[in-house]
Amino acid sequence: MKKVYTRPKALTDKPFHYCPGCTHGIIHRLVAEVIDELNIADNTVGVCPVGCAVFAYNYFNVDMFQASHGRAPAVATGIKRSLPDRVVFTYQGDGDLASIGTAEIIHAAARGEKLTTIFVNNAVYGMTGGQMAPTTLLGQITTTTPKGRDKEQAGFPVKMAEMLTTLEGAVYVARVSVHDPIHVNKAKRVIKEAFEVQLRGEGFALVEVLSTCPTNWGLSPKEALKWLQENMIPYYPLGIYKSPAEVK
Amino acid sequence: MKKVLMKGNEAIGEGAIRAGCRHFFGYPITPQSELPHYLAKRMPEVGGVFLQAESEVSAINMVYGAAGAGVRVLTSSSSPGLSLMQEGISYLVGAELPCVIVNVMRGGPGLGNIAPAQSDYFQSTKGGGHGDYKLITLAPASVQEIIDLMAKAFDLSDHYRTPVMILGDGILGQMMEPVELDKVQEVKQAEKSWAASGMRGRSTPNIINSLYIVPEDCEELNKRLFAKYHEISQKEKMWEEYRLEDAEVVLAAFGTSARICKSAADKARAKGIKAGVIRPITLWPFPSEVFQRAAKSARCFLTVEMSMGQMVEDVRLAVNGAKPVHFYGRSGGMVPMVNDILAQIEKLASGGEQ
Repeated sequence: MKKVYTRPKALTDKPFHYCPGCTHGIIHRLVAEVIDELNIADNTVGVCPVGCAVFAYNYFNVDMFQASHGRAPAVATGIKRSLPDRVVFTYQGDGDLASIGTAEIIHAAARGEKLTTIFVNNAVYGMTGGQMAPTTLLGQITTTTPKGRDKEQAGFPVKMAEMLTTLEGAVYVARVSVHDPIHVNKAKRVIKEAFEVQLRGEGFALVEVLSTCPTNWGLSPKEALKWLQENMIPYYPLGIYKSPAEVK
Repeated sequence: MKKVLMKGNEAIGEGAIRAGCRHFFGYPITPQSELPHYLAKRMPEVGGVFLQAESEVSAINMVYGAAGAGVRVLTSSSSPGLSLMQEGISYLVGAELPCVIVNVMRGGPGLGNIAPAQSDYFQSTKGGGHGDYKLITLAPASVQEIIDLMAKAFDLSDHYRTPVMILGDGILGQMMEPVELDKVQEVKQAEKSWAASGMRGRSTPNIINSLYIVPEDCEELNKRLFAKYHEISQKEKMWEEYRLEDAEVVLAAFGTSARICKSAADKARAKGIKAGVIRPITLWPFPSEVFQRAAKSARCFLTVEMSMGQMVEDVRLAVNGAKPVHFYGRSGGMVPMVNDILAQIEKLASGGEQ
């Protein structure tokens, strides 16, 4: 029988620990497929965050670092500046990248570090117990916003992709979603481009991926996909915000 | 041999380059700024990397990335900046990564001032960051010794896969002295097969990590680290003895304070008081044995520090009650003067307490 679909070589055979309906698994797979297609596994170094994806080093079949909370872009900078011919990516959640690590992501982008960042935004802190993230939507209920996020008390959700677009060192910035197969396929094309930007040495690339958290949202996996589509996408519009062609 | 006049901070940079270090990540802070100034110019000349980070937090994490990628890497800061780096240092220890961290101490706590002090002894030698660990801490006392110790620092760091701290103070960083650069030979660097630098034909990935989620595993890490620390404390203690043979009043001091103590001991001897100095060069591991040996013939010890008294605790542990251990310190950026120390020695020699 002809095999039409196999596990990417850039993933180990270890089963994911993620909750049912969480889209981290899909996003891991997309990154791994891109690494396979670009044939760069032997030359790639990944940096994983603190948070739900902290164990990503168990899943990617490439050399990996585990960084402290928010510092992945600084760690990746240290790797890339030491070994400029390697492909270096960070994989970060919204608590990691948009809260404790805002300085690191902004300055890595501003310096135009030749890195690829996969930014997984599910609008909530996952691992620590469903607290408010900088990306939590207004009105969204979390364990630290039990009556829903109130702008007077907790301020406004942060749009990272739009913010980073203003930095000249960031040459490729996009937001994608993985809530249905069409968007999964689009997300893969964008992630691949974000790696190609690095391979061409053009500058900093970031892909924000809208993702689900059924456990902390208190929804079924199917409801979570619908919630993402109906609530997150209107506030976090999808699209390619900046590409090297525009920069030139 | 030809001598050149160099500033302490610049000597740190030149010593690192001669030790084969080609990567520096840092953030400006007084009184160590001449080091990044020097390396911003010198690193590109030798094909190295100089990068000014956006903060000390970032700088130490860049060091984590570079160290994990397998290169010799240096960072430098001063007291408040070192506090910010402590989180990263704990991760470097947890992931067993080699690097050299320089702390040119200033007055504190808080923003304090930019005058020289030695009040970061605890946070350098006792861990400083979270978790159980020790840091090899080297305390040079001259510009030549700075240069000589840089190669030693990188070698120790690579050999034991642990960060090494060079602990100086504002005087040492700012002073200029003649040094012999030729004495320092470029060293052969260790193979780092554990580095996460791309698999490059390896069949299994290398992972740089300090997460041990299973308590048994985390305890194993700590046991492994402490076995390593035991070996280090057996093999790597360094100190200098000055006029110690027949000393009745034994001064204990490191770095700049030790130089002042030597002058005070000379003056005391001129007055007929047998004084000597023990200068620990490794603050951790602490050279306890020389204190135990000195305690056999000494009447008492006097620890002199530019702090309210930190190393004195290690001296007391080493002496272990065999003889009285007294303390004289200045803090907040004040420097002990030779005559002030001499007055303390005279008081002790005449049998008086402080």
